[in-house]
Amino acid sequence: MKYETVIGLEVHVQLKTQTKIFCSCSTEFGRPANENTCPICLGMPGVLPVLNKQAVEYAMQACLATDCRINPRNTFDRKNYFYPDLPKGYQITQLNLPIGEHGHININVNSVQKRIGITRIHMEEDAGKLVHGENEDQGKSYVDLNRTGTPLVEIVSEPEMRSAEEAREYLNQLKAILLYTGVSDCNMEEGSFRCDANISLRPFGQEPFGTRTELKNLNSFRFIQKAIDYEVERQTNILDQGDKVIQETRLYDSDKGVTRSMRSKEEAHDYRYFPEPDLVRLTMDNEWIERIRKTIPELPEQKRKRFVTEHDIPEYDAGVLTASQSMANYYEECVALHPHPKIISNWIMGDLSYELKNDGREIEDCPVAPASLIGLLQLIDKGTISGKMAKTVFEEMYQTGKPAQEIVKQKGLAQISDSSSIDKLIDDVLADNPKQIESYRNGKETIIGYFVGQVMKASKGQANPAVVNQMLKEKLNQP
Amino acid sequence: MSGKFDIDRMAHLARLRLTDSEKVRLSEQMETIIEYIDHLDRLNTTKVEPTSHAIPLENVFREDEKKQNFPDLDPLSLAPAAKNRHFEVPKII
Repeated sequence: MKYETVIGLEVHVQLKTQTKIFCSCSTEFGRPANENTCPICLGMPGVLPVLNKQAVEYAMQACLATDCRINPRNTFDRKNYFYPDLPKGYQITQLNLPIGEHGHININVNSVQKRIGITRIHMEEDAGKLVHGENEDQGKSYVDLNRTGTPLVEIVSEPEMRSAEEAREYLNQLKAILLYTGVSDCNMEEGSFRCDANISLRPFGQEPFGTRTELKNLNSFRFIQKAIDYEVERQTNILDQGDKVIQETRLYDSDKGVTRSMRSKEEAHDYRYFPEPDLVRLTMDNEWIERIRKTIPELPEQKRKRFVTEHDIPEYDAGVLTASQSMANYYEECVALHPHPKIISNWIMGDLSYELKNDGREIEDCPVAPASLIGLLQLIDKGTISGKMAKTVFEEMYQTGKPAQEIVKQKGLAQISDSSSIDKLIDDVLADNPKQIESYRNGKETIIGYFVGQVMKASKGQANPAVVNQMLKEKLNQP
Repeated sequence: MSGKFDIDRMAHLARLRLTDSEKVRLSEQMETIIEYIDHLDRLNTTKVEPTSHAIPLENVFREDEKKQNFPDLDPLSLAPAAKNRHFEVPKII
């Protein structure tokens, strides 16, 4: 690879308000088309927008959680263009004085930490949704304005990512931060977290950036990585042939796995921005900013570091456990009850995640509560069941929601550790195998494995193998 | 058709159809306005705080509460064409 990949990302995030940014219409997803509309978001003449305070506070939280500096004075601007999903003929956005600037988030790729700058975060309203007609309606498009006026923040990164993996990790971290702060549900299927990627290549060592293309329609993390990989290869081929990359917007086609030029008429956009006259000044004083800062919870990165230092678990485990706040909470509840972090981490990342994944559930809906999982781990500690049995018991706990103790009792799974029961089993096995005893006493000590196997078989797998092993040795070594 | 001001381009961006005489008249008016702005541009404003709004008000908010301000309004009934609860428009790609 003789070219360095340069990636910058623009992410549109829907804020978790009940109502739109400039009117009292609901933002509920999936309502009948055009139900969530009113004269304001329909762009009727003479109406006035009034800013949703909660939207501003969510945007402030997004800024503070990404270490952006909040501008004490904000302005809103009109971005003018004609498209049927935008009934007013302009979008209200923030151009010159966005709510936040100069932030960053840290990412970890292959155990290397890297800081990715955030250029700016600004508030804006979303547009509507277009459906293009088919068959007899081929010449028509259909407009649903439910989404029009939904509050968004656009989070613009610096062009500081150098691979699709870094881009993906940036998005993972950003999403986790936004979920932790609760400013958005980041649901990609419902369009609450949408990503555009600017991609260019340059020869290694060259400072100026190459010509970039903008990729749109990246609606899953997997597609984002694939689309970037495809685009890097496409630009590499162009440059290798001595041609020039054209600056354009390209759409990712997930069915074919390719990016395609949008071939819009090559008319340079002229949005004729100007300050929005229908909204008054928005200012944020320190008192307000500090009040919002206090609402920011412990963020994934801090939590990850704390788990590593306080619980002494591997960096990898800490990363997995803090990917969602509910998983981190689950883990912490467990550790509070049973101070064996690594064992708990193994169970959560292993059997628990496996069951959840099969079931398509999130950890907040897990039928095995932290206290129940700990109940199971304590049975292992006490030697009541083996680690292997515990896996079976866990499956049953997940399916039925019953506590471990009850399942062990019902199924007669308890491990036999008391020496009198085992003593009897061993005596029977030894009585049946005089030849093997002789081999053992003649020096073939490996045959002990055979005896352990027989005793385990006789106990239907419930004898504690460590105890069996120990007692067998004692008996065989007696003359 | 135009001097400093490109009326054809502006009319296109605003989706306005103008007659030739309108173009002449509007060009003249727009050029006068631009001249006035140029004039303002020459003033020394280093000590003047930028103004983004003429009314000295700030931080006017709504609480995040759902309301149906026009419960009887059927937006689709206002549209020239509608189908399946959607506004119908000429095909846009």
